Amino acid sequence: MSRRLRSFGALGALAILVAACSGSGTATQAPATQAPATQAAATTAPATPAPASEAPSAAPVAVEWWHITTGEPGKTIFQGFADAYMAAHPNVKINLTVLENEAFKTKLATTMQSGQAPDLFQSWGGGIMAAQADAGMLKDITADVASWKDTVNPGAMSIYAYNGKQYGVPWDMGMIGVWYNKALFAKAGITAPPATWDEFLADVTKLKNSGTYPLAIAGKDKWPSMHIWTYLLLRGGGSKALTDMIQSGNWNTDACKAAGNEVLKLVALNPFQAGYKSADYNAEAASVGNGKAAMEVMGQWAPSVQNDQSTSKKGLGADLGWFPFPAITGGAGAATDGVGGGNGIAVGKNASPEALDFLKFISSPENANKINAANMGLSPVAGTAASVTDPNLQAVLAGRDKATFMQLYLDQATSPAMGSAINDATVALFLGASTPEEACQAITTAAAAQ
Amino acid sequence: MSSAIARPTTGRGLPRRLVTVSLFLLPALALYALFVLLPIVQAAHYSLYKWNGLEPLTNFIGLDNYVKAFNDKGFRTAVSNNLLVIVLSLAIQIPFALGLAVLLNRRFPGRAVFRLIFFLPYVLSEAIAGIVFSLMLRPEALVDTGLTTVGLGALIQDWLGDTHIVMITVFFIISWKYFGFHMILLLAGLQGIPREIEEAARIDGADAVGVFRHVTLPLLGPTLRVSVFLSMIGALQLFDMVWVTTGGGPLNATNTMAIAMFRAGFEKSQMGYGSALAVVLFLFGLLVALAYQRFVLRRDVEGAVTAYNG
Repeated sequence: MSRRLRSFGALGALAILVAACSGSGTATQAPATQAPATQAAATTAPATPAPASEAPSAAPVAVEWWHITTGEPGKTIFQGFADAYMAAHPNVKINLTVLENEAFKTKLATTMQSGQAPDLFQSWGGGIMAAQADAGMLKDITADVASWKDTVNPGAMSIYAYNGKQYGVPWDMGMIGVWYNKALFAKAGITAPPATWDEFLADVTKLKNSGTYPLAIAGKDKWPSMHIWTYLLLRGGGSKALTDMIQSGNWNTDACKAAGNEVLKLVALNPFQAGYKSADYNAEAASVGNGKAAMEVMGQWAPSVQNDQSTSKKGLGADLGWFPFPAITGGAGAATDGVGGGNGIAVGKNASPEALDFLKFISSPENANKINAANMGLSPVAGTAASVTDPNLQAVLAGRDKATFMQLYLDQATSPAMGSAINDATVALFLGASTPEEACQAITTAAAAQ
Repeated sequence: MSSAIARPTTGRGLPRRLVTVSLFLLPALALYALFVLLPIVQAAHYSLYKWNGLEPLTNFIGLDNYVKAFNDKGFRTAVSNNLLVIVLSLAIQIPFALGLAVLLNRRFPGRAVFRLIFFLPYVLSEAIAGIVFSLMLRPEALVDTGLTTVGLGALIQDWLGDTHIVMITVFFIISWKYFGFHMILLLAGLQGIPREIEEAARIDGADAVGVFRHVTLPLLGPTLRVSVFLSMIGALQLFDMVWVTTGGGPLNATNTMAIAMFRAGFEKSQMGYGSALAVVLFLFGLLVALAYQRFVLRRDVEGAVTAYNG
């Protein structure tokens, strides 16, 4: 009897203990959340003589910003943006995480799987951003940017919109074209850049005969040659055919096969640099930057990577030129259509108003001019063209601004699985391991498996 | 242990013992369950879904991912590449390491220096070794100019670009990295063999080959079997070196199961399919490990287990 009583007593004591614990738990929770605010008022008080009534806006806010600009001067400039903003807003702490491109993609993927997203992070828009938005990882900022979105190039802005909602803002938007070595062209007896694909192929032969590698690609990274194929598709088949293929998922079309056949014409000339099958993009840039290969089809970042990867660290300097991808005679596409894209910043689901205000700050003409002046990219902010001083980048900018149609890089416009399939299928064409029919079928199969 | 069970329990002794044992086991067990068992179960669970890693887990597709894996030409190449590396490791890498270990087990001046030199590659990180080799193997780089200088220019290949030889190139790099590790293992094994036994054999009239064949090799058995086991498991998990040097290419020529898994999960955002590949890789590893333990390592392990029970 006594035993049973005792255990009842113990149970009762336990119940009281549990109640006490939970009670004290909720009781301590309330002050705990207030604690940082008071602490903030205390710490900010000496710095700013503002009265305590302004405490809500002065509450400390941390903004997480992940970017992939690991090279200079971009890294310092981005740090400068954060420092300038923090100086003007002492309550905001911007934490930068600078990651290498591939490491960034992996880290972001694992972070998002755990249900988290940085406030601001590198984005290329398109299919990956759409998947992130579908998963609820992004913040709809349509209303937040409404007051200033017209200061940004609408085409560039649309890359960061999905289903009519804005999820990010671009800070760089350019167009892919052909970067070439003027000295090697002159040595091969080429007086003007080719305007048509036939002229381009003729020039490839001339360059080859003059003892240089006409064109650099990167078989390991795949996407550089994919852009050549996209342009051939766009020039031959036209923008409507390409848009239809992306939307329907049916790539078994004449336009797709025709583009593959043009690739084979190029491959037959054996135009690529030594080791192109296993070269990564850095090796490609090095062969152009060191003057070994005469051309590469690449975006607006090409000069800075060439400089970085060249032995002299200076690249080609004044010998570097740019021309838009040549037209195909009789093709359905306009010569002014472009393949382009750039860099932007997507906004994570839990981003604070401060994070959005900082995004607006980055997109100010003053900061956009800094991006342009440092050759970090081509800012899409209106009225900043004058700060682009490099003649080649001015040519890219002119191409971008008069583009009649702009296709976002195919491996980014589509889902990651599709993009990967397109890269695999097209690099097989360039490496001579696939027919145009097989390539188009492989992409169609991948689209069907979506 | 057995004596404790044999003793009549007082009703309190056994539970208390159990409580103590489980209390001591709990931390390790919890960590093991959280970081080893749970992820395996999770991967098996994800592998039954079509899932991009971001959306909610709703699209249940049964075993379709596994069917897809075995119809995937790239993955089949990966499996055969893994098996090729196992075969080559056993046929070339370990005999080579054994030969070096036997040589370095003899007394001669500078022995320690040679041991250090051969072990050095193993100390390098895989990524660094991979980058160094891919720079040296670039066309017109160190390897090619070296061959030309010694008059062997005709042997030059597109080492990392030719789909027919790239896997051999990669195997060479892996062997360069790991032969030193196996050499040290075997060297330690050799030093554990008492000199008297070899001496006795020699006095009985055995020649050098005979001593090695009938005395050294059998006594080196346990070490050799562990070395082979580590080599097989390493070959199955092959990732870093291939990722750095070729990325699995060109055209999937150097694809491995781990690379196929990584590309599916992180490049193509097919987390469900990637998980299925991970499960297949896990089963391969488990099968090899269990079979090896059962049929090969049993002799070595048995002794240890018997001693424990006794």
